[in-house]
Amino acid sequence: MTRKLIVIGAGMASGRMLEHLFDQGGDWDVTLFNAEPRGNYNRLMLSPVLSGEKTYEDIVTHDVAWYAERGVTCRFGEKVAEIDRASRRVMTEAGEVLEYDKLVIATGSNPFIIPLPGQDLDGVIAYRDLEDTNRMIALGEQQAAKAVVIGGGLLGLEAAAGLHARGVDVTVVHLMGHLMERQLDEAAGYLLRKELVGRGIKVLCSTNSKQILGENGHVTGLELDNGTVLPCDLLVMAVGIRPNVALGQQAGLAVGKGIHVDDQMVTSDEHILSVGECVEHNGAIFGLVAPLYEQAKVAAATLSGKPARFVQKEVSTKLKVTGCDLFSAGDFAEGEDREDIVFRDPARGVYKRLVLKDNRLIGAVMYGDTADGSWFFGLIKDGESVAEMRDTLIFGPAFQGGASGDPLAAVAALPDDAEICGCNGVCKGQITQAIKDGAGSLADIKATTKASASCGTCTGLVEQVMAATLGDDFVLPAAQSVCGCTDLTHEDVRRLIKAQELKSQPAVWQELGWTTPNGCHVCRPAVNYYLLADWPLEYQDDLQSRFVNERNHANIQKDGTFSVMPRMWGGITTPDELRAIADAADKYKVPTVKVTGGQRIDLLGVKKEDLPAIWYDLNQAGMVSGHAYSKGLRTVKTCVGSDHCRFGTQDSTGLGIKLEQKLWGSWTPHKVKLGVSGCPRNCAEATCKDVGIVCVDSGYQVGVAGAAGMDVKETERLVDVKTEEEAIEWTAAFVQLYREHAKYLDRPYKWVAKVGLDWVKERLSDDAERAALNERFEISQSVYRKDPWADHAERRADQYQPLADITLEAAE
Amino acid sequence: MSWIDIGHIDDVPLRGARMVKTPVGCIAIFRTAEAEVFAAANSCPHKGGPLSDGIVHGRKVTCPLHNWVFSLETGEAQGADEGRIATYPIRLEEGRLMLDAMAVGKRSAA
Repeated sequence: MTRKLIVIGAGMASGRMLEHLFDQGGDWDVTLFNAEPRGNYNRLMLSPVLSGEKTYEDIVTHDVAWYAERGVTCRFGEKVAEIDRASRRVMTEAGEVLEYDKLVIATGSNPFIIPLPGQDLDGVIAYRDLEDTNRMIALGEQQAAKAVVIGGGLLGLEAAAGLHARGVDVTVVHLMGHLMERQLDEAAGYLLRKELVGRGIKVLCSTNSKQILGENGHVTGLELDNGTVLPCDLLVMAVGIRPNVALGQQAGLAVGKGIHVDDQMVTSDEHILSVGECVEHNGAIFGLVAPLYEQAKVAAATLSGKPARFVQKEVSTKLKVTGCDLFSAGDFAEGEDREDIVFRDPARGVYKRLVLKDNRLIGAVMYGDTADGSWFFGLIKDGESVAEMRDTLIFGPAFQGGASGDPLAAVAALPDDAEICGCNGVCKGQITQAIKDGAGSLADIKATTKASASCGTCTGLVEQVMAATLGDDFVLPAAQSVCGCTDLTHEDVRRLIKAQELKSQPAVWQELGWTTPNGCHVCRPAVNYYLLADWPLEYQDDLQSRFVNERNHANIQKDGTFSVMPRMWGGITTPDELRAIADAADKYKVPTVKVTGGQRIDLLGVKKEDLPAIWYDLNQAGMVSGHAYSKGLRTVKTCVGSDHCRFGTQDSTGLGIKLEQKLWGSWTPHKVKLGVSGCPRNCAEATCKDVGIVCVDSGYQVGVAGAAGMDVKETERLVDVKTEEEAIEWTAAFVQLYREHAKYLDRPYKWVAKVGLDWVKERLSDDAERAALNERFEISQSVYRKDPWADHAERRADQYQPLADITLEAAE
Repeated sequence: MSWIDIGHIDDVPLRGARMVKTPVGCIAIFRTAEAEVFAAANSCPHKGGPLSDGIVHGRKVTCPLHNWVFSLETGEAQGADEGRIATYPIRLEEGRLMLDAMAVGKRSAA
């Protein structure tokens, strides 16, 4: 027997429900009402329509023919005014009365309009349907159009990005402290904001609106609480939705925030079902499409007399703004019983945070690299313990297996589109293809695909892909672990210190499974360096993890005495300084005084006990440590430049002094020496330094990665700049990049050879990144740009003396 | 046995060492844990490196000159290197470091 079904609302939920219903057979006479004068289209795709990436026709889900084939009576553009449950009839606004056997309310939601003065002006719209979208598209056709979007949530940002793509000058006004606060935490919100601002969209967070201004009935601007006025031709309110419960209420159904439904999607009236954004199920309302589709399926089954239950599940979110890669799923609020795993790569703008509770993954937020989002989402839905892969969880499925499992199996199981090399965007499929085309070594892969040719952190993965593809033909080079205390490589340790936010040596030993109680002479200095480089403000430098020279701020000599070398900024000294050095040499009976290659004076053969006293004397003459003993900035060698030299093109001495004053005291993976030559005759031998600057008439040639030690190598040109300030900015950024990425005891030339100069150039050419590197360098220097000699002479002098001398007592 | 008070344990940094001059030569006092100390000759048998300037790890010390590693429990050089440093009895009494007077060449304690 044919039954009459009336559906109110032709949105995505009811559309999907009808599909399921017709699939299940059954004899239904369906009448479909829709307030919008059209049928079902994919509302999620309005943003691509707005930005111009799609047209309305592309996003229609059910066209006229679809409805016709299924005998659906379409009443589009017509509203239902009343439901009479007792007689099972509905009345349209035009007064027509229709009977039903079953009724489905799918009235969706209404945009929430903030009750601001001026909210009813023309040009104040929501972002809900095709009409709104078309208004925004039309605005893009005006010259110099301005728009304000209130609301920095998913919808508001999609509206803003779409308007911006249409050439509109857009400002987003958001009440909360960071964007998309329901889906993102603060850090990811910050990255998103940075991306949008970088594109030219203005973003005001923690900002309250006061009133909407208008003229002749049309909006002209938005006045903020602080009195600022943002002029605009269109104001989009995208601050949220409210379930549209008006019909349900009128019909006397049980209604809370939404129309109450049970697990079968049946309302408090057995003949009326409800699906979509208008329902409330177990206290929850719904705005994302995944649960709505689930409801549609259940409702269709219920109508067909089949058992089905709607169960709320975790949902994930992806922002549909081209180029903004973000993902969130589950619950990521902080809590005492929750633990976070966080990975940040500021250089690439990547942020990932996983929230664990009882060793189960309950939430994930990712920005910049969301490739593993679906895998994490799967883990959240599964709700199983992740204890075994916890240490490497944040690196995604590619890294699972770890030491105990078989990493090759995990790599072999990766799909072809799994990203292996994040720097160059190389997928597994490209690598396996390159291997099929004949690539047999890592070098071949680098040359043909660029995989692992940049930062190199994925080298291990690339090798595993090769091993999985080539089988026995490929011999996996043994990874070089830091030392016998751990199987991890330097790269692993650096990455895990960042990812797990390990901020102390005991944390590293514990969390990374060191096999010794507190490391050894090989790993301790390396870990100490990584910690102070990554957490300059949090981590306290550990003198007992320093090699003798860095602990004693002097170079030990073969007989156990030390050498003392005060700093001479840019190789410049004064008669007073020279007198003080001579006096100190006399006073402490220094056997050897030597002029060094770094343009300073070395006092060799000082007894350990005398170090604090000689430092004190040199401090009194205004001199500080030359760090001739450190993995840090050593010297900046200069020539006299334009001050005296008839060939000098710039003030090379002055630049050298400025560079030395900026960089001194900083710790680096290995020693760093600079040179500045005043002309290409290069008297300061700048072209074999870690950073060497050659002055020319037009400015400064900044070269990096030179060497004149175990290897001899000319610098490679990083950049040519016009001003001294730029030369200093680029140099500091290079040093900071080296500090953040290099393996301990790799000189810059070795590090650059690993990551490639192109990668370094690419990082440093980005103005924002260069500025950020400078900023991080200065944060670190706020701690380390201090004279250790003065500090030790004042506070630690006793440590340089014997603890006790019991030889004297013997004479009594 | 008589014991000589040479200082407080907090005068020796954790995972660090201090040197004491004695009639039998310089002795290094190593603090390997909050309340664990060892005493051994300060001079490396290889080239005379001052062991009290080495990195202290586990119950071992690495010589600052050429990375020889010695067990502080036995005095034996570790790994491929062959050699031994003298070790001396040391006691910890309420935070005070006490060296055995006889062992360090003092006939009578003060």
